Amino acid sequence: MLEISLQIALLLVSIALIMSFYRLYVGPSAPDRILALDTLYVNTIGLLVIAGILLDSALFFEAALLIAVMGFVGTVALSKYLLRGDIME
Amino acid sequence: MPFAFELLLSALVLVGAVLTLIGSLGLVKLPDFYMRLHGPTKATTLGGGAILLVSVLYFSQKSGDVSLHEILITLFLFITAPVGAHLMAKAALHLKTKKVKRTGDYRGE
Repeated sequence: MLEISLQIALLLVSIALIMSFYRLYVGPSAPDRILALDTLYVNTIGLLVIAGILLDSALFFEAALLIAVMGFVGTVALSKYLLRGDIME
Repeated sequence: MPFAFELLLSALVLVGAVLTLIGSLGLVKLPDFYMRLHGPTKATTLGGGAILLVSVLYFSQKSGDVSLHEILITLFLFITAPVGAHLMAKAALHLKTKKVKRTGDYRGE
């Protein structure tokens, strides 16, 4: 039963990923695209964790943790760039 | 694995996936940036938390002791989501991103 619900969850999260890709493509403003990238990171973490449980492997958590850290740094850097015109002052 | 535990994990992973989907649906459907900010920063973060909780429970049950990797990701996600949302909202306000009338303006114009 857990396997079937994990597969359904994989499908739902994939649809969520496609929706964030749509917002990344359409825009229309720069903050919208940053928000879409941020959603993409969180959705990818969910996808990796579900795949890790489904394949019964602990290898995926390092990847998920790296995506979490780098995603946050990316969001902050892009927002600071829009806010100040520069990342490090 | 006991049946009740498997039922709990299945329900939790489905709840997490549906919350993630609702967050992205908000990102696609809502009319302006300030509304769109709500979907991913609340619903998607909670959905990710639910999925990570499933992972913690599954691997703890499998190995017999508490596995802490996923709790680390959950903690990091829950701390960084509001900070990121705050910075994005500040950037959007700075750029004077378009808003619909319903969003409101409290500067008294």
